[in-house]
Amino acid sequence: MHEMASQAHVAHHGPPTSFIRKYIFSLGHKVIGKQYYGLAFISVLIGMFLSWLMRVHLGWTNAKIPGLHLLSPSGAPGDVMTPEYYLQLMTMHATLMVFFVLTTAPFAAFGNYFLPIQVGAEDMPFPHFNMMSFWVTFAGFLALIASFFVGDGPTLGGWTQYAPLSAVGSVAGPGEGMGVVLWAISIGLFCVGQLLGALNFITTTLDMRTKGMSLWRMPMTVWGWFITSVMGLTAFAVLMPACILLILDHVAGTSFFVPSNLVINDQLQPHSGGSTLLWQHLFWFFGHPEVYIAIVPGMGIVSHVLIPNLRRPLLSHRVLIYSFGALAVLSYMVYGHHMFVSGMNPVSSIAFSFPTLIITIPSTIIVLIWLASLYGSRLRINSASLFALGFISMFITGGVSGFFLAQPSLDIMLHATYFVVGHFHMVMAVAAMFGIFAGTYFWFPKMFGRMMDERLGKLHFWLTFVGAYAIFMPFHYLGLAGNIRRYQAFAPDYMQRFIPVHQFITIAALITGAAQLIFVYNLVYSRYRGAPAPENPWEATSLEWSTPSSPPPFDNFGGQLPVVYHDPYQYGIESSTGDYVMQTSPEQIKSVRDEA
Amino acid sequence: MGLVIAAFLLVGTEVLALGAFGAKAWANVYFTPPGADAMPVQVQAGQFAFYFRYPGPDGKFGPIHPDMVNESNQNFYGLDQTHDADSKDDIVTAEMAIPVNHEIHLLMHSKDVGHAFFVPELRVHQDFVPGLDLSLHFTATKIGRYEIVCTQLCGLGHYNMKAYLSVMSQEDFDKWLKQQAANQ
Repeated sequence: MHEMASQAHVAHHGPPTSFIRKYIFSLGHKVIGKQYYGLAFISVLIGMFLSWLMRVHLGWTNAKIPGLHLLSPSGAPGDVMTPEYYLQLMTMHATLMVFFVLTTAPFAAFGNYFLPIQVGAEDMPFPHFNMMSFWVTFAGFLALIASFFVGDGPTLGGWTQYAPLSAVGSVAGPGEGMGVVLWAISIGLFCVGQLLGALNFITTTLDMRTKGMSLWRMPMTVWGWFITSVMGLTAFAVLMPACILLILDHVAGTSFFVPSNLVINDQLQPHSGGSTLLWQHLFWFFGHPEVYIAIVPGMGIVSHVLIPNLRRPLLSHRVLIYSFGALAVLSYMVYGHHMFVSGMNPVSSIAFSFPTLIITIPSTIIVLIWLASLYGSRLRINSASLFALGFISMFITGGVSGFFLAQPSLDIMLHATYFVVGHFHMVMAVAAMFGIFAGTYFWFPKMFGRMMDERLGKLHFWLTFVGAYAIFMPFHYLGLAGNIRRYQAFAPDYMQRFIPVHQFITIAALITGAAQLIFVYNLVYSRYRGAPAPENPWEATSLEWSTPSSPPPFDNFGGQLPVVYHDPYQYGIESSTGDYVMQTSPEQIKSVRDEA
Repeated sequence: MGLVIAAFLLVGTEVLALGAFGAKAWANVYFTPPGADAMPVQVQAGQFAFYFRYPGPDGKFGPIHPDMVNESNQNFYGLDQTHDADSKDDIVTAEMAIPVNHEIHLLMHSKDVGHAFFVPELRVHQDFVPGLDLSLHFTATKIGRYEIVCTQLCGLGHYNMKAYLSVMSQEDFDKWLKQQAANQ
């Protein structure tokens, strides 16, 4: 233990005493994790609210939304949304959700809280970087929100911010001046925050493991966060300079992304020599790893939640980890599938299509390992395991449409339609949300020492599960029929007939969104009034359940770093504790499948 | 382990098959040059309308002068018809018409930001890249009137950026083009 413990000294800092150091500028990884969770929570509420406004507008384009003019007098005169305001809300919905929810909650929030505990460390090795990581991210969040309140509002260019629409300034439309600059500042800051976080995660995983915690004895969650950090380190390092170049195009008169001879509003633009495809390449070189950054932590959480409820290990943990790694490596080679009809050389479409099809192999293996492990098991049904099952369901359904989209020839029809919107909402957005829910229900007892209400949790699951299908399955049909995304109304004649489907989706979205209030209530109520949590409510084996209290003390293990003797998932065995053995238990057991 | 190998074989075969068929379908569209008798039509996308240009009897498009683009006097393309001989007989239209069963060589030009040209019924879909003029070729085999929609977010009027493509018999097309030329 002692050589490891001396390394852990790097991170040693005493518990804070002042309020500011304890709760605001905290150096402790658990508080930072909760701060990230809080940020994601606020962002998801705003993002969901924006999606409600958009959905109502799509179903009933001229509907008055009472009070909307208070939010933006110019964006909704007489409470009816203008076309540009719709696009602005859409851009903010996507930016908030992709960056500040799907990246922060499963990765930065849960990762910060549980990664050090699960490897048996007192804290991250660079606590000041860690604190900075959150506050820089938070500054990015504020910059994004600030754009609601400047001049002509936030940018309307979509979360992908394709140039030159995003690079020529306000002449291209409302929000394309200051709105884009604030967007780029926000995302640039976000990248800095995540780079700092990724550095900490990688160092913690490699250098801060306690005695006995070999790499193969790390829980699946730690593998998920570790692999995600490696992806984040390379992906965010590309997006950040891209954002800086975009800002320079606005404020310094450069032309990185603007070619010569553009005429907007009959004015010849003072730019020359830039490349619009350059932005797309830089953006998607980040953008595709980003969807795996959003989903791989969820895969780790789902595995980690399922195993204690299955009471037996998964079919193979190593193959699962190798598959995570394969996803990470391949995620850089597939990004061009976002650009099949973008005007890049059509030969590269085929070059990007094959890795995209190949990436379905590790995805299929991951899913088959889960399904085969579930087969014939007696799964303990609780809110956490239900959401883990929901994740698998969403990932499969959303993944199947990926087979279609991977092919450039089919993309001729499907690109930029609702088919794509349905695909990524299921496979990445809803699936990752289900991962966040599974993690929340599973770890809440550890984070707050109280149980969440199981009845409300199950109700929340069923409403959300059915609701998510009701919302996103019809998207696929709309897309096949040629319904284009990012339209605020359906002006082309052939799209008129889709409007009733959109009205159905809107109703489903309003109900499903309202069902999330059950979760909010459950979270707040259980935080203060929930039943006190037993020491190890799920009879789980990993280190977070070996801390002396819930929530764990400041240094996680009460001054005594744990020693690890076992694979993280020793279930379905005979031991003195029952059918499982804690990682910290020195008890000799006959292992079912000790891969370590 | 058996499961993993099975997944590898099953999905691997499927991937190769899909990839190979898909690549062939893609190559049929993109890796063949337009035929020698393909009819050139130029399409220009701008916020938030498409304009089409036919080269006229000389078969040549006059050059575009970006500084002369002026919507108010209807010079959507920035043509200098007093000085450029090739521009004199160019025909600019707000609707697209093409003869049926005749290959079209579509020359794509964006005036301002990114746009796209999508005709769902014809499975023709291509982004306009500002600063990079692309072309594609296709043959419409059914007479009818189809909608052309923009699929690349181009600003607040994106949802309403559309035009019509009429596929006509050769005689109807010739008549239509003559009438358009008279309207110039």
